[in-house]
Amino acid sequence: MADLSNPRGTRPKSRFTLNNIVLYGILGLMSIYYLLPLYVMVMTSLKDMAEIRMGNIFAPPVEVTFHPWVKAWAEACTGLNCDGLSRGFWNSVMITVPSVIISIIVASVNGYALVNWKFKGSEVFFTILIFGSFIPYQIMLYPIVIILRELGIYGTLGGLIMVHTIFGMPILTLLFRNYFSSLPEELFKAARVDGAGFWGIYFQIMLPMSMPIFVVALILQITGIWNDFLFGVVFTKPEIYPMTVQLNNIVNSVQGVKEYNVNMAATMLTGLVPLIVYFVSGKLFVRGIAAGAVKG
Amino acid sequence: MTHSIQVKDLKLDFGSVSVLKNLNLDVAEGEFIVLLGPSGCGKSTLLNCLAGLLDITDGEIWIKNKNVTWAEPSDRGIGMVFQSYALYPQMTVRGNLSFGLKNAKVPKDEIDRRIARAAEILQIQPLLDRKPAALSGGQRQRVAIGRALVRDVDVFLFDEPLSNLDAKLRAELRVEIKRLHSRLNNTMIYVTHDQIEALTLADRIAIMRGGIIQQLAAPQEIYNRPVNLFVAGFIGSPAMNFIKGAVVDNGRSIKLGEAKLDLAGYDGGQPTDRPQAILGLRPEHLTIQDHAEPGHTIPAVVELDEPMGADSLVWLMVQGQQVSVRVPFEKRPTKGAQVHLKVDISKASIFDATTELRV
Repeated sequence: MADLSNPRGTRPKSRFTLNNIVLYGILGLMSIYYLLPLYVMVMTSLKDMAEIRMGNIFAPPVEVTFHPWVKAWAEACTGLNCDGLSRGFWNSVMITVPSVIISIIVASVNGYALVNWKFKGSEVFFTILIFGSFIPYQIMLYPIVIILRELGIYGTLGGLIMVHTIFGMPILTLLFRNYFSSLPEELFKAARVDGAGFWGIYFQIMLPMSMPIFVVALILQITGIWNDFLFGVVFTKPEIYPMTVQLNNIVNSVQGVKEYNVNMAATMLTGLVPLIVYFVSGKLFVRGIAAGAVKG
Repeated sequence: MTHSIQVKDLKLDFGSVSVLKNLNLDVAEGEFIVLLGPSGCGKSTLLNCLAGLLDITDGEIWIKNKNVTWAEPSDRGIGMVFQSYALYPQMTVRGNLSFGLKNAKVPKDEIDRRIARAAEILQIQPLLDRKPAALSGGQRQRVAIGRALVRDVDVFLFDEPLSNLDAKLRAELRVEIKRLHSRLNNTMIYVTHDQIEALTLADRIAIMRGGIIQQLAAPQEIYNRPVNLFVAGFIGSPAMNFIKGAVVDNGRSIKLGEAKLDLAGYDGGQPTDRPQAILGLRPEHLTIQDHAEPGHTIPAVVELDEPMGADSLVWLMVQGQQVSVRVPFEKRPTKGAQVHLKVDISKASIFDATTELRV
């Protein structure tokens, strides 16, 4: 009798099936669709104005110049300041870093408490918190301006950091709550029998098991806050505008010649941080998103 | 007799749902109590209340003559073993064992001494520096038991500790838990839905249903004299047979359709007459024979048999009701045969059909 338990010989090749052709065809088209604008931006940012005026936006630069990048970073003018995007970059760093750290710390403790230390009304509290994420930002802008004014922090970095922290709360708390509730409840019980308290369990048991979800939260917050424009323009003043606002001011300035190469370079500089975050942590991100479904 | 655990009028409600209803339980020192019942009967809930992991609605819990009703789990003098092992995945076995002791600020050399002792008892010395992920199911549960052991407590709580293991390992660890109990002589409260575990391990079994302890007694007592229909049907595999009938002749006999059985020698005194009674007979207490013995046998027709290795479970029709009998494999009767079932009335139970209580 023939041994049917194992396949023998080489697996039949099937590289050029209709399926594969359609699949890779669509993938290729999609990639071109998304990569083409990036290509145009990079090419344009490496040309000088004379070459741009010749009009062929798809042609690679005849003479590569990095001057637009330097100008976008250090010399472009917005209003009275002519120190380019660098000022906005450092403002954004000073806004993003504390906002990300504070919001993740608070939200992770929130999520942990909502799952493991349920108190009277904790479900109501959570519902209200989640409800907050459904209200359009525009409705809340003016009330927040008043609140910040009354607190005396309107137009300061601290005020904007507070706003970012609060607005990150609903989605982050949801994220952490769902993750923590996917961890086995018996671990928490065992730790309580072992005499660990609220913070003991959080730091020694929960934190070491939650790195994937922290990475997800980190990416969400860094890109979200870095890319924010609305809060930055409403709650701060020109000296501390974040990079996105400054980019807008450079690109949309109405005086003089439109320097497309500088604008392109400036835009890419602004998008660089989220881009790097994605590239560095892409694998971790996917793992974190999937982590909710994985059982220990 | 010193009390190890006393539960007084324990009540627990989840919203409007009453999970535990006025529960009372006295456990003597060194006793092995098994809480047994179907899913949702409140057995695990009771254990969690004892551990202090659930806040109770009303009542009191005493452990070692101390009122611990509102004490923290770690201050109750208990160790707990969970179904899913609940080992801290990021710590080594040694870290798992020492975590509780470090929290309790036990000195370092004392921690080492206790871990060495627990590792010796459970034979997990070679595993001490491994992470839980690198252990098999049986090893993990051993470490989980070790975590309770190092706490040096008087009371062990087990929450279905063997349910996640395969049948062979389960039998091995069952013996090991029994050995552990006879060596340490701690009080042990053990939750399970497996009646074999309950019958083999327990000094006393508490059968629970709907948040109430139905019967709390030694395994043999529960097996032979179940207090009601539920307990009778729950304990024993294959399950007890129930035949509807009536107690007549001033309690001297029970009438099952046409047949009548003599009740002399019934374990439970002479019952009073009642028109609605249920006779409970275990499959192993019935024998099949060819000839009738008036007052001791009931006629039956063989329907089919289920061979189970050494024995065979024969299903018969008695007065239009199904009855199973356990017979040696080689003695099973032929299908469709007219036979007589001999009843050992001293091992039977009679229940009132309305109250469902044993009479």
